[in-house]
Amino acid sequence: MTIALSQFDEVRLDRVSRDFGALNALRDVSLTIRRREFIALLGPSGCGKSTTLNCIAGLLPVTGGAIWLDKSRVDTLRPEERGFGMVFQNYALFPHLNVRQNIGFGLKMRGKPKAEIDRKVDEALNLVRLGGQENKLPGQLSGGQQQRVAIARAIVIEPPLVLMDEPLSNLDAKLRLEMRAEIRRIHNELGATTIYVTHDQDEALSLADRIVVLRDGVVRQAGTPKELYEAPAHLDVADFMGFRNKLQGKVVGSDGSRVVLDVEGARISGVARESLSTGAAAYAAVRPDDLMVGEAGQNAIAATVDTIEYRGREFVGTAHSRGGLDFVFRSHQSVEPGSPVHLRADDQRVLVFAEPIQGRQ
Amino acid sequence: MDALAPAAPVEHGPSLRQRLAARGFDAVTLLVIPAAIFSLLLFVYPFAFGFVLSFEPKAGGDWLANYRRFFSDPFLYDTIANTLRLAIPVTLLNLLLAVPIAFRVRLMRRQRLLTTILVLPITLGTVLVAEGLLNYLGPQGWFNRTLITFGLISQPLKLVHNYWGVFASLVITGFPFTFLLTLSYVTGIDPALEQAAATLGASAWQRFRHVYLPLLMPGFAITFCLSFVQAFSVFPSAVLLGEPAGVTRVISIAAATAAFEEYDYSMASAIAMIMGFVQLGIVLAVLASRGLFYRGPASGAKG
Repeated sequence: MTIALSQFDEVRLDRVSRDFGALNALRDVSLTIRRREFIALLGPSGCGKSTTLNCIAGLLPVTGGAIWLDKSRVDTLRPEERGFGMVFQNYALFPHLNVRQNIGFGLKMRGKPKAEIDRKVDEALNLVRLGGQENKLPGQLSGGQQQRVAIARAIVIEPPLVLMDEPLSNLDAKLRLEMRAEIRRIHNELGATTIYVTHDQDEALSLADRIVVLRDGVVRQAGTPKELYEAPAHLDVADFMGFRNKLQGKVVGSDGSRVVLDVEGARISGVARESLSTGAAAYAAVRPDDLMVGEAGQNAIAATVDTIEYRGREFVGTAHSRGGLDFVFRSHQSVEPGSPVHLRADDQRVLVFAEPIQGRQ
Repeated sequence: MDALAPAAPVEHGPSLRQRLAARGFDAVTLLVIPAAIFSLLLFVYPFAFGFVLSFEPKAGGDWLANYRRFFSDPFLYDTIANTLRLAIPVTLLNLLLAVPIAFRVRLMRRQRLLTTILVLPITLGTVLVAEGLLNYLGPQGWFNRTLITFGLISQPLKLVHNYWGVFASLVITGFPFTFLLTLSYVTGIDPALEQAAATLGASAWQRFRHVYLPLLMPGFAITFCLSFVQAFSVFPSAVLLGEPAGVTRVISIAAATAAFEEYDYSMASAIAMIMGFVQLGIVLAVLASRGLFYRGPASGAKG
C-alpha cells in the first residue's frame, strides 16, 4: 500500500469558540481525537457540528481557543497548510476536471512528480472501487460514484485527519447504506482518523467509535455509541438516541437513582440520569420499543389511540393522553384508533431527566 | 347489424394541441410574436436595406465600388485600426479591473450599495461623462492643477482631445457593464469548490488558476464580446474627447461623415457593413476559442 496517511498521536481542540457577530456558534468545545479513531459529531441542524468541522479544516477561523496536532498548533494555519482531507456535503468535485484529475488535484498542487501522482491515483481509484471511470467528468457520474471520487480525492493527499461533512445526505436510502459501509471499510483499510458530521443517529451509531453530541455550540455528551444509546446524559441527547416519548411531570419521590414522577396523575418511576429534587419538573423518556399496551397500574398511563400501523412482526401506534402528551408505542395486537388503552413501560427502561436547556443562552 | 363488426374507430392518442405542446409550442410561445415583429421591423429590415443599399453606389460604377473605395483610401480604412486600437485595450483593461473587484465584492454583504455606485456611469450617458472629463482632465482641470500644485509637473498634461481622453471615457462608461457581467459569472461558482481546493493544498493563486479561471473562461469570453461590441461603436466620446480628424477617427465617424456630410447613404451603409463584419469577426474568433474550454455547470453536484 503506497497511500500511507501521516502519523500523529492526537488532535486536540482546546476550548474552541467561534462567534458570528453576537451569535456563539461554538462555545468552549474541547475534544481529543486519537489516531485511528472514527469520531461522529452528531446534532440537529444549527448545533455547530459543521462549524466545528470547518474550524478544524481551517475554512473558518476560530475566535477563541486553539487546535493542536500533537505539539504543533494548527488553528493559525491556512487550510492549504493544514493538509487535512475534507469530503464536502455536495462533494465539491471540480466539474471541469475528470475523475483522475480531480483525485490527483491535491498531489499536483503539491508539485509531486507525475509518476507518483499516477501511481497514487490508481491506488485511490482501486480503494474506492472506481476502476474504469477515471476519464469521466463528474457530471457523468452517479451520486454514489461522485461520493467515491470525493473520498478518493481527500485521502490521496495522505492527510493525518479526514473530515467528512454529512457526506451521505445527498444519496438515496439504499446508496446511503452502501456508502456507509464503504466509508467504514476505507477508514479501516487505510487506518485513517476520521471526523464525521451527521444529523443521523443511525449513521453515527453504526460508523463511529466515539460520538460527540453537540447542541447550541456546546458538547452535551461524548462517548461510545453504546454509552450514548444506553445512558444518554441529557434529555436532548436522549431525544437523538431514539427516546421519542417524553413525559413531562413532577418529581414526587426518589430513592437512590430511582425517581417517581407524577405525570397527569399517573405514577411513573424510572432511572434518574440527572440530579433531581422533589417537586421539580422532570421528563420521563421512553423509547417506542419499550412502551407497550398493557394493564393499568404501576408505570402505566391512560391514552387514546390515534393511528396504528402494521409493521410485520408487530404494530406501531401513536396515541395522546388527556393532558395532551403524545406517544409512540408498540403493540402485539392491532388496536382500534379512538380506543382507550394503558401504555406502560418497565421502570428499568424509563430514564428521567431534568428540564432541557432552553434554546441559546 | 353484425354484433362483431368493429366499432367506429375512436380517436386515440394525444390531440394536435398536446402534440404541439410536447414539442414546445403552446400559447406561451405566441407571446414571442410581438418581440419577433419588433426585431424584424427595427433590426432585420434596416439591416437588409442597408446591406442592399451598400451595393448601389451613389456615384454609379459597379456594385463593389463603395467597398473598393473604402479599402483603397487610408483615410477610410485606417478607421478600422483606430477603432480596434481603442476598443481592444479598453475591453481588456475593463475585464482585468472587473475580475479582482468582482472577487472581492462576491464576499461583501453590502453588495447592492456598491453595485449601485458602480452602475451609475451607465445611467449618466456618454455625453455627460465626456463633459465631466473635459472639465476634470482639461488643461485647467482639477487633475492637472492638483499635480501642478504638488509640484509633480510643471506643464499641464494633455489628457483630452487625444487618444487617452477617449480611452478614459470608454473605461468609465464600459466598466460597470463589464463588472456586472463578471460579477454574475463569479458568483455563479460554488464557493465549496474553492474551499475544496484549499483543503487539498492549493494556494490562493493556484485556486484561481486551476479552479476559477477554467470555469470562468467561457463567461469571460462572453463578457469580452459584449463589452468589445460596445466599445467598438464608440462615437460621442471620440468626437468630444478625442481627435476626430486624427488618432480617434473611429469607424463610426467615417460612417457619419459619409451619411451626413457627403449625403452618400450608400457609402455610409457600406461602412456600417464593414463595421459589422469586423465586430462579427472578432466576436466569432473569441467565441470559437471558447470551445477549447470547459462548458457546463459550475458546481460539482448534480443538484
